[in-house]
Amino acid sequence: MKVIIDQDKCVASGQCVLAAPEVFDQREEDGIVVLLAENPPQDAAESLREAAALCPALAIALEE
Amino acid sequence: MNPVSAPTHHALTTEIPDYPMSRATGCPFDPPPELSELRAHAPVSRVRLWDGSTPWLVTGYADQRALLGDPRVSADVTRSGYPHQSAGLKARRAEASTFINQDDPEHARQRRMVTAAFSIKRVEAMRPAIQRIVEELIDELLAGPKPVDLVQAFALPVPSLVICELLGVPYQDHEFFQVRSRALIKSTATPEESVAAVRELIAYLDDLVGEKLAHPAEDLLSLVAEQVRAGALTRREAASMAQLLLVAGHETTANMIALGTLALIEHPDQLARVRESQDPKLIASAVEELLRYLNIVHSGRRRVALEDIEVGGVTVRAGEGLVLANDSGNRDPEVFAEPDRLDVGRNPRRHVAFGFGVHQCLGQPLARVELQVVYSTLYRRIPGLRLAADIEQIPFKHDGLVYGVYELPVTW
Ligand code: HEM
Ligand code: SF4
Repeated sequence: MKVIIDQDKCVASGQCVLAAPEVFDQREEDGIVVLLAENPPQDAAESLREAAALCPALAIALEE
Repeated sequence: MNPVSAPTHHALTTEIPDYPMSRATGCPFDPPPELSELRAHAPVSRVRLWDGSTPWLVTGYADQRALLGDPRVSADVTRSGYPHQSAGLKARRAEASTFINQDDPEHARQRRMVTAAFSIKRVEAMRPAIQRIVEELIDELLAGPKPVDLVQAFALPVPSLVICELLGVPYQDHEFFQVRSRALIKSTATPEESVAAVRELIAYLDDLVGEKLAHPAEDLLSLVAEQVRAGALTRREAASMAQLLLVAGHETTANMIALGTLALIEHPDQLARVRESQDPKLIASAVEELLRYLNIVHSGRRRVALEDIEVGGVTVRAGEGLVLANDSGNRDPEVFAEPDRLDVGRNPRRHVAFGFGVHQCLGQPLARVELQVVYSTLYRRIPGLRLAADIEQIPFKHDGLVYGVYELPVTW
């Protein structure tokens, strides 16, 4: 599974970090999303789908 | 106001119902019953507001998320067609413009000036301090007289102390800003009262911004002041932003603490699960469920369409107002099984109690931690906590932008 984030769209809600902390983090200076793993292991799939569904800015896309 | 007794079938007639609608007698935690009827039969339909305008009311969860995430939908209160909640709010918004009522790119530019302070990591780092604040207030409750009003003695002080610490606002001024914040979110306040309240708050915060410019400290207002020095914000914008953060930062959470406690007292089985749990996951789930179930920001997200938009079988024309009733969205049976049941274990993370789209609550990580600390501590430390009045005597904030209780007499 591949994760694509759009930092321009991100509004720093933190929802993805709560849903999948092993994959998403936030930049120190402005809380904007950063990826910890671009191709996370398959067992993260469920929490990744949750993160993508929760993201209020529609800034997370998944390629399965 | 609409009477709530007779069932209505507005969808089937040409009559346009008034909005907001009233909650049913004896159901203080449930949205007005007409909302579920509309959601089932006419999920996008016109309502009539205080000023006679007839924006679209959107009652279904999926439609609400689609519209709130749609760049053709604007939160700009200066556009004609924007469905204001009251004359007072309209006047107040003309007085002070903040990013909650602006569109991108300006919204994003200003929001990003303060997002760092609300990141998950930064807010988690505040958890021990929040725990300390909560424990100390409970120590005082236990040492003081009873019955006691939980709103004044606990629900308001917790978030006020926390936001003061974060912003760098002196807590000893809390009477001043709590009284004015209350006026700002009361839909029955007159334009004169609303404008006076916002002017006084902004003048106060402008002084503080000036102080932070002269003596920068380790707080969020100093960072906002820094933006003034850098030429990125005017003094007026900075003071207005500070006002938004201060008001949004304590009124909402205070209502979730008091109303959440009342809802749990009225659902003793759910209260017992929260009180007896050692599991942070259950506590986090209880917070999400109470946010969903109570949806305290209950007068709908307000927007205006910038282009023609097809939604729920109707065409919303450019320039028409939209009211997205997230209280109804959070009770949508398509998304939440048995939506009217309070179940603290269900972890309904997809609720829209913080809104959706680019304006989704900036303070949500902070609100979550505050509520997790409160719900996991208060009932454990005061296991006999109960109402010291009949629920019929509790004054609910039917007239507020933010729902809750004015007073909550409790004893133990
Ligand atoms: C349980 C408590 C809270 C609830 C239920 C809540 C609810 C909301 C909702 C529904 C919105 C969306 C408004 C819209 O789309 O029109 C919002 C936005 C906002 N909230 Fe909260 N809020 C809470 C706590 C806080 C806290 C603690 C802060 C801290 C400062 C805060 C600051 C804000 C700000 C600044 C916005 C505007 C965001 C933007 O426009 O980008 N809120 N909140
Ligand atoms: S959930 Fe979306 S908006 Fe929120 S931090 Fe993650 S990417 Fe950004």
